[in-house]
Amino acid sequence: MLSFILRRLLVAIPTILILIVISFVLMFAAPGGPFNSERPLPPAVMANIEARYGLDQPYVVQMFNYVKNIVLHFDFGPSFRLRDYTVSDLIAQGFPVTLTYGFWAFVVAVTFGVALGVVAAIRHNTWLDYLATGSAIGASVLPNFVLAPILVIVFTLWLGWLPGGGWRGGQWQYVVLPVVALSTSYLAAIARIMRSSMLEVLNSGFIRTARAKGLPMRRIVWKHALKPALLPVLSYLGPAFVAMITGSVVIDVYFSTGGIGQYFVNSALNRDYSVIMGVTILVGALTILFNLVVDILYAWIDPKIRL
Amino acid sequence: MALTTDPLDPLPAAADLPQGRSLWADARRRFFRNRAATVSLVVLGLIAIFAFGGELVAQYERDTIDFTLIGINATKGVPSFATGHYFGTDQEGRDLFARTVQGTRLSLLIGIVGSLVAVVVGTLYGAIAGYVGGRVDSIMMRIVDILLSIPFMFVLILLLVMFGRSLLMLFIGIGLVSWLSMARIARGQTLSIKNKEFVEAAIATGVRPLTIILRHIVPNLAGVVVVYATLLIPEMIIYESFISFLGLGVQEPNTSLGSLISRGAAQIGNGVPWQLGFPLFFFVAMLFAFYFVGDGLRDALDPKDR
Amino acid sequence: MTTRFTLAASLAALVATGALAQGAMPAEGETLSDNQTFTYRVLDEFPSIDPGMVEDVEGSHVARQLFEGLLNQDAEGNVIPGVATEWEVSEDGLTYTFHLRPEARWSNGEPVTAHDFVYAWQRAASPELASPYSWYLELMQIENVSEVIAGERPVEDLGVRAIDDRTLEVRITTPLPYFLQMLTHTTTFPVPRAVVEEHGAAWTQPGNMVGNGAYVLSERVPQERLVMTKNPEYWDAENVILEEITALIINDENQALTRYLAGELDQTDIPIGQYPRLLAERPDEAHALPNLCVYYYNLNLSESGPEALKDQRVRQALSLAIDRDLLVENVLAGGQVPAYGLGHWAVAGYEVPDDLFGMTMTQEERNAEAQRLMQEAGYGTGGEPLTLEILYNTSDAHQQLAVAIGQMWKQTLGVDTTLANMEWQTFLDARGSQQYEVARAGWCADYNEASSFLDIVTTSSGYNDSAFSNPELDALMLEARTAEDTLPLYQQVDRIIAEQVPVIPIYFYSSNILMDPSIRGYPFENAQENWYGRTMYRVAEQ
Repeated sequence: MLSFILRRLLVAIPTILILIVISFVLMFAAPGGPFNSERPLPPAVMANIEARYGLDQPYVVQMFNYVKNIVLHFDFGPSFRLRDYTVSDLIAQGFPVTLTYGFWAFVVAVTFGVALGVVAAIRHNTWLDYLATGSAIGASVLPNFVLAPILVIVFTLWLGWLPGGGWRGGQWQYVVLPVVALSTSYLAAIARIMRSSMLEVLNSGFIRTARAKGLPMRRIVWKHALKPALLPVLSYLGPAFVAMITGSVVIDVYFSTGGIGQYFVNSALNRDYSVIMGVTILVGALTILFNLVVDILYAWIDPKIRL
Repeated sequence: MALTTDPLDPLPAAADLPQGRSLWADARRRFFRNRAATVSLVVLGLIAIFAFGGELVAQYERDTIDFTLIGINATKGVPSFATGHYFGTDQEGRDLFARTVQGTRLSLLIGIVGSLVAVVVGTLYGAIAGYVGGRVDSIMMRIVDILLSIPFMFVLILLLVMFGRSLLMLFIGIGLVSWLSMARIARGQTLSIKNKEFVEAAIATGVRPLTIILRHIVPNLAGVVVVYATLLIPEMIIYESFISFLGLGVQEPNTSLGSLISRGAAQIGNGVPWQLGFPLFFFVAMLFAFYFVGDGLRDALDPKDR
Repeated sequence: MTTRFTLAASLAALVATGALAQGAMPAEGETLSDNQTFTYRVLDEFPSIDPGMVEDVEGSHVARQLFEGLLNQDAEGNVIPGVATEWEVSEDGLTYTFHLRPEARWSNGEPVTAHDFVYAWQRAASPELASPYSWYLELMQIENVSEVIAGERPVEDLGVRAIDDRTLEVRITTPLPYFLQMLTHTTTFPVPRAVVEEHGAAWTQPGNMVGNGAYVLSERVPQERLVMTKNPEYWDAENVILEEITALIINDENQALTRYLAGELDQTDIPIGQYPRLLAERPDEAHALPNLCVYYYNLNLSESGPEALKDQRVRQALSLAIDRDLLVENVLAGGQVPAYGLGHWAVAGYEVPDDLFGMTMTQEERNAEAQRLMQEAGYGTGGEPLTLEILYNTSDAHQQLAVAIGQMWKQTLGVDTTLANMEWQTFLDARGSQQYEVARAGWCADYNEASSFLDIVTTSSGYNDSAFSNPELDALMLEARTAEDTLPLYQQVDRIIAEQVPVIPIYFYSSNILMDPSIRGYPFENAQENWYGRTMYRVAEQ
């Protein structure tokens, strides 16, 4: 087990390096640059800016310096676009925000998703199944860019219960709406995957045997069925968890939370190279980490799976 | 779907099947016994008729602007049989019915293409990685990790710059991302399935790995794959509007449900609820229908479910 | 030898009438609210609030509260004293001498001296800082500025020096009638050397930042909020009423509107097309203010452009066939003004000539003339089919206009259009390298003068994406730089633009905002909307 984890962490290093190289190539190949604007800058001014940010050097040198600064100083450079901040500032400021609402969204989505999925599977093709499945789907049919404005109109404008946006260091009133808006689609996905895999498990030989023995349903589900049924949910949750805790551009844009979700889109649209690389590496590292966790959990669920 | 081409079911449970009836016929019988799935299939059919035949009913072209309506939508652009604007008009004074017809058609195609790519590519990729295991698995999965993390927007922008905008490029853009998480799910399931007795039995009798994957692994993935594919449909429909935002996708005067909904959502509270309502209705109806059809398929295809 | 500039003298007299003119002045019968806060919406995070680095309008609004330059603007946009109380200009108009207010202080209690201005200007021009706005100092024609920016001379050679702590001398290379007006811009604001050198790039963070404006930075969360509170060290602090100013960053304008309606904001922007409805519902809150920007379509006249666009008649027909009144009244519907030339009607000292090509006709006449011209050129209905692609950066507003204009061309001229949207950077790249046929563009004035608009289509302009070249126009613009009376020259240039249609001017912007009626003192009359928190206050709700 330990050697497996160590091996995977070692593999992570070249993986991230490859990720950095690919991202750099894509970034430089795309038209535009961080200092292009409607009004083209005079050449002398542009030259100064490029010299200051090292953009006048060959691509390979830029890439090498970038990696060197990360390895030696853990320095991700200044933001090219938000010039009062470094990339580390922006991530240090925004990541706790997305981590907070992402974590709660995860808790909500997993709790309700798994519960609805299990209920629907146990009461397969009954009204309870339709109700559970229907409400899971119902929660997810509104795309979050439709749901978010509706939530604000209802809870802020009409009812006046919750603020319509902002973060204020994560006071609970500011967290509720982002969590609701973010969790719904994940909730529905988890419920439906859960239902499907639970049905499969309930129909498998060993559960039938258990039922034939007259064990109570509740006990069968808790003791025997739940664990194997979670397997596909876990596969889904690896990337989904990363997506949740790194936030969502829709949530950040509509609720002005100041999270890092918006940087995935905005920094790319602005060609803010250093921020793009910063969030890309963050997501890459988290993706690798949580897929490792998922693989370990596989082995826990199904001891036959060899790591 | 990948499974339908494979009527041979080597599962022990297959022995329960009555002689002379294929799994496929059996699945079909079971599918139609599921009322929600059957109704949903009918709904999907109706939506398809609307999307492909609606233009015959539309009173206006989707790109013609009624300059007398522009700017006074809230009072004059309301849905009405009298004016022939059944769904009202959009912000530019164009007939929303004709636009919804065309948008639904495009989004339907996108949803189906996206999930098909995911089903075919994602399932096979994941099943191979999971089944072969070891270093191959490690490399294949790290590739997926990287693809999940790269700033994908630049890939789309480069596609636009290099190949120009076209519907084909839009489908390529959709296809490139849709299979990634499917691959992870398929691999996870495969890890567990490959230790089952029937797979070990097949290995022992010398069946070739590819055959094992196609005949034994993939059919057992079907349940999860079908369900996840239906989950991907709305995701792809929304994702399309992002691709179009970058310029790679659908260009005016053509439209899609995704852009109709996002433009309608921007007008919430501006007295033109139909601009969101009608496109959203078709989106939601489509999703419900796909979900229940997906569940129905899953139930029907589950070899153990009697 | 210097003579006292008459304008300066009259302004100095203004100061004598009392420092009150600077601060907020509640009118008779107004009761101040206990809640002296102002919360407004900004679209996106400020690229920088460092005066030397500020490059966008929103960032300069913030810097204007935190810092104070030599000169300020009053509610109408006229120049009034800031840190400088009086000033002289030499007879040749090339040397300005400013006398600084002795009571001006930084928020850490240190006095503001002429050296702070010298440092700030040298810093803004220095290649080390690499400010994207260093070109503004070039626009001001400060002596040696281009060489300093290019790194060919040390910053000390910049034409600005402190004669003593209270006296600043600036040397420029060309007499500029609008030089004083340029000093109200944030790039010319002082910065505290000791603080900048101590904290480096982090000096703009709350806690580090020291300013000389009426407010100090108390909180800043990127992409969420920025809070400024009253600066007790400000020289006129006793006349500052508003205690706290908060900028909330809200990307989505509709979301911002909802939050305004819910009372979370005192000011927000009105999304396109919603002005008439909001004006009807909230007549004392909705405002349409002139904005020094013009919206137009570039026509690609270069080698890579379509052959048809090289025919002036085709360009004229395309321009005439656009029903600007309809666009302005029904699509935009927020007090925008139809544009037939590039010279902005609201720009200081400029009058749009009333004989611009196409301006005097009715739309029916324009359409008829457009059809005649197009037929003559042999395109469109009855001629060679013509299809044009309109390129725009993705946005609902640009799309609405492109859709409407495409339909006008189709319905009037039989010219087909395809629409192509792109994300911003790809769009800029395509337009800048002439990979387009027709492309949307917008331009906002750098300074309140007609040349800021008319320069766009000169051959050497970096923004001439139409690749238009007209020696007569270039010569007129060159002549205007030194001419006594520029108006006839500018008007002639505008006539050439309207007649030859290198670009199709469409409308002059208007800024549509909602403002809580209890907020007073906002400069609605200032076309640049340069507001100062210290002139604003909130009255008690009746």
